[in-house]
Parts: sequence; structure tokens; C-alpha cells
Amino acid sequence: MSGPLLKDRYELAVIGAGPAGMAAAITAADLGIDTIVLDEQATPGGQIYRAIGETPLRDPAVLGEAYWRGAGLVEAFQASAAHYVPQAAVWTASAEGEIGVAVAGSVRMLRAKRIILATGALERPFPIQGWTLPGVMTAGAAQILLKSAAMVGAGHAVLAGTGPLFWLIAAQYLRAGGTFTTILETTPRGNLGRALPFLPGFLRSSYLREGFELIAEVRRHASVVRPVIALRARGEDRLTDVTYRTGAGLEVTVRADTLLLHQGVVPNVNLALVLGCKHVWHETQLCFVPALDAWGQSSVATVAIAGDGAGIAGAVAAEQRGRLAALGAAFQLGHIDQVVRDQTAAPYLAALRQAQLGRRFLDRMFRPARRFRLPRGETLVCRCEEVTARQVRDAAALERVGPNQLKAYLRCGMGPCQGRLCGLTVTEILADAHGRSPDEVGYYRLRPPVKPITVGELASLPKTEADIAAVERG
Amino acid sequence: MFRRLPDAAAAAVTIAVDGHFVPARVGDTVAAALLAAGFGTFRTTGVSGASRGPYCLMGVCFDCLVAIDGIGSRQACLVQVREGMRVETQRGRRPVGP
Repeated sequence: MSGPLLKDRYELAVIGAGPAGMAAAITAADLGIDTIVLDEQATPGGQIYRAIGETPLRDPAVLGEAYWRGAGLVEAFQASAAHYVPQAAVWTASAEGEIGVAVAGSVRMLRAKRIILATGALERPFPIQGWTLPGVMTAGAAQILLKSAAMVGAGHAVLAGTGPLFWLIAAQYLRAGGTFTTILETTPRGNLGRALPFLPGFLRSSYLREGFELIAEVRRHASVVRPVIALRARGEDRLTDVTYRTGAGLEVTVRADTLLLHQGVVPNVNLALVLGCKHVWHETQLCFVPALDAWGQSSVATVAIAGDGAGIAGAVAAEQRGRLAALGAAFQLGHIDQVVRDQTAAPYLAALRQAQLGRRFLDRMFRPARRFRLPRGETLVCRCEEVTARQVRDAAALERVGPNQLKAYLRCGMGPCQGRLCGLTVTEILADAHGRSPDEVGYYRLRPPVKPITVGELASLPKTEADIAAVERG
Repeated sequence: MFRRLPDAAAAAVTIAVDGHFVPARVGDTVAAALLAAGFGTFRTTGVSGASRGPYCLMGVCFDCLVAIDGIGSRQACLVQVREGMRVETQRGRRPVGP
């Protein structure tokens, strides 16, 4: 169900309509919980199932089975009683359940007794020289163009990086008729050895067959260079060439109009951090993840987190975690008792365990190389404010600065992306420079609005007498 | 540089980009329409004047900022095209004041 009319109060607000958000909303609405779903995109599905209802791609084989698995979930979501609001940007939320949302050009505040954050993941920063040149984009961006607009690269395209999604996107792109001049794999050589102890779990997971088939398919149709240990995008006003160095020390320059970068995905933490949810460093996944219980309950009493925002585990796990978070909320809201909660949860927990098999292997196998996470020299760390790795390291050498002091020193992390494309890089560089753990260094302190809103939109919010009195000159 | 696959069939709309008419498809984001039309650079930065185009296409990088129907710094990857939409690429810092 969807419609533009928003109420002032809901029992449950789900933020994000990817697999976790949709599953949470379906489960909650089925239990009679008055649920609103706020999502930034025009259609449900999140990034993984983006455009599933309206992709202009005619051949379903291009995107593969794993994509079309989402169709049933989207259908169930659209049939559910949850109030779905697309193109709604949540720009603030508080532990008291107050949510600020920009929708259809106006800004609204609403209240929910509980919030489930399902804001998913974003691609890990891939800071190399020239990564801000037009023509350089993420592999995820290319996948979005493919899914939602049936577009592929027209000229010389190069794909570089590592990760399970890297191979999936490569395969989808090739099936669609796209071509790569070359594929540059940055997976470090030592990864396989560190992943092998976790092979038994991987052998029992569905990723095994799918993964090997994808890699074999890509290798049949494109030339893959590995391992690549240095990478640089070159050009004046736009990308013209890519220079790379192989493990054997060979340096090669190839012409390129498009360079697609990818080295894994990390939780999108911005809204969770604004809400004050405690996060901890995940040493294998190399990112901050929220501290959660089995129901996705965060350190903030009213807030649960589900899906890849709770730690990277993929779409199938996200769906199960969404259902579990909804059951947790239903129990907290008094809709079900503990016995019903636990009985209903049992199959979801089993499915979650199955979906997580192999994850520990994948995390180690595709762990991105240090040299591509901790840049040096003139490579831009903060794309928005154009702050280089050298500047960050120089500041770190002066004293034991933290990420928040870097904002004052260099404006690093203070641009419109609010650290989404530099936060992890800055934390890791500072941790490296000071010999501390990323947990000790911490992350940027994030404040609302987490999405841009205009002053006019803010001013259009309803005001109480007290609000006006607070700012009026006596 | 991107191209549309031959099987991509959707109703056509026309938008204006920097005063030039650009064909687009219903369901395109502004970013997709501009990329399909051959626009690589969407703006130059306020810090150094460097050229930028879309990087993430999912609303997190803020590099695809353009003016849409007179409102500056909109995320082109999050707005869908409409017939008659006016889009302007951005150059450097935005002026302050009227």
C-alpha cells in the first residue's frame, strides 16, 4: 500500500526498502503493527533488487537468478498493509522516535514508537590517484545503469578491484553485451591461505557453485590480469588512461573512457550514528558495525538495525534479519508475547544461519589490500573538500589527532557526502599513523541533517509558540 | 561513455540540459539521461574547479550535483526525468545572495 498522506504518528518506522526493510515491513504489518516505510528511491528493492518491477532489460538471464529472487519479496511488500512512501529522504531521527523526512518537496516530522534502520550498504572507498575524474565510477554505479536504464559502457571500459559483487557485476555486464578492455583483479595473493581454514562453511553454502561459475564465466569472456598491485586513473578533465602495475612488476597503460572500481561493500552508518547507536570495528570486514542483539536491537532502546547496515551478510541474510527485527519490535510493542516471538523466529534464524555460511571465507578471500585502503601522496582522501592523503598523514604526524579534529584542520569529511566516501580511509590512516586500533581512533561525529534539505524546507516545518519564543528577540 | 542496449524500450521524454534538448526515457534518472546523452562532466568543484561526474549513482557521493528546474545542487542520480525538465550543469562555487 502506498500514498502520499502521512500521519503524525506510527507504531513502527522502517527506513529503507531493500530486502531487510521490505521483510521487516511485511512481517510487522502482518502482525497488525501500524508501520510506515520511508525509502529514498522511486521504487522498492534497495540497491540489490533495484528496478526489479520495471527494468527495461528484456532478457532476465542478464541479471541472474539471485536478482529475480527479489521479485516475490517486492510483490509481498506491495501487497502488505505497511504504508510505503517512496522518494522520501530521512534527514534526521532521534532516540525519542522523532523522524524528519523530506518528501515531494516538503519537510515533515513524524513520530514512531520504534525504528528499524534498513539503510543497507555502500561501496567501500577506493582511493586511487585520479578517482575523482569524470569517467571513473563504482562498479555498483555501472550495475545501477544496467538494471534501471539498460545502459552499458560504449567505449573502452576497465573494471578493477575485488569482492564477490565484483565478479557478479562483471558477469552481468558481459551477459548484457558490455565489454571490458581488461579486468584488473586486486585481490591480494595471501588471501586464499587466510581464507582456507574457513573453507568447510563455504563448501556448504550456496555461494560456492554460484561463485565459481561466475568467475569462470567472466574469465571465458574477458581478459583478467592478477594480481594488480598499483592503479592510477589518468586524464585532464576526464579519464583517458588507466595505468596499473602487476605483481610481477610490469607497468602497463591502457586507454580507457570508463573505469569501474569496486572493493567490497560496507554498512551505511550515517543515520545509525546520528541516532547514537554504538558501533564497533569489525577486524575482518574492515568497517564499523553496530553492536546488536539477536533481534537487531541496538544500544539505543527504540532502534533496531537490519540488513547489511548491521554488518555485511548479503540479501538473503538481510531478509531474515529484517523479519527478526520486526518480531523484536512486535514483542517490544506488546503485539506478541515471548513464546510467539521465539516460535515464529525459529525458521528465520535457521535460514539466517544458512545464509551466513561461507561469509567468513568470503570476508577473508576478498579482503581488500592495504595499499588500496591506505593511500599516500597526492591521492584525494576526501573527494568533497579535496584533501589529499599527504595532508591527512602530515596532520597525523604533528599530533595525535582524531577524525573530528581533522575536520577543523583540513575540512576533511565536511563536504556534502558527510564522510561517506572518506570516513573509513581517514580512520584507517590515523590508526596506522598512531599505532592504534580503529576502535580507539573512532569515526566522524555525525550530525543531522544526514541528507540535504533547503533552509526554506526547514522553515516550512510547523512551529509551536515555544519554538517562536525561543528565537524571537526580546 | 555509455550506450543504451537495443532492447531498452520505454516512452521518450525531452529535457533541456544547459539549453540543449536532450532525449530521455521515462524511468531514467537525470544522471542516467545525461550519461546516455554523452555528458561526462556534471559540474566543476567549488574548491579547485576540477571536473566531476557521477561516481556512485546511489545518492552517497554527491558528485552528480546539478541544478534542476532552478534549484541548485540536486542529486541527479535520485531525481527522475520529467517532460520539459530544465537541467543546468554547475560551474564552481554557487553565488551567494540574490
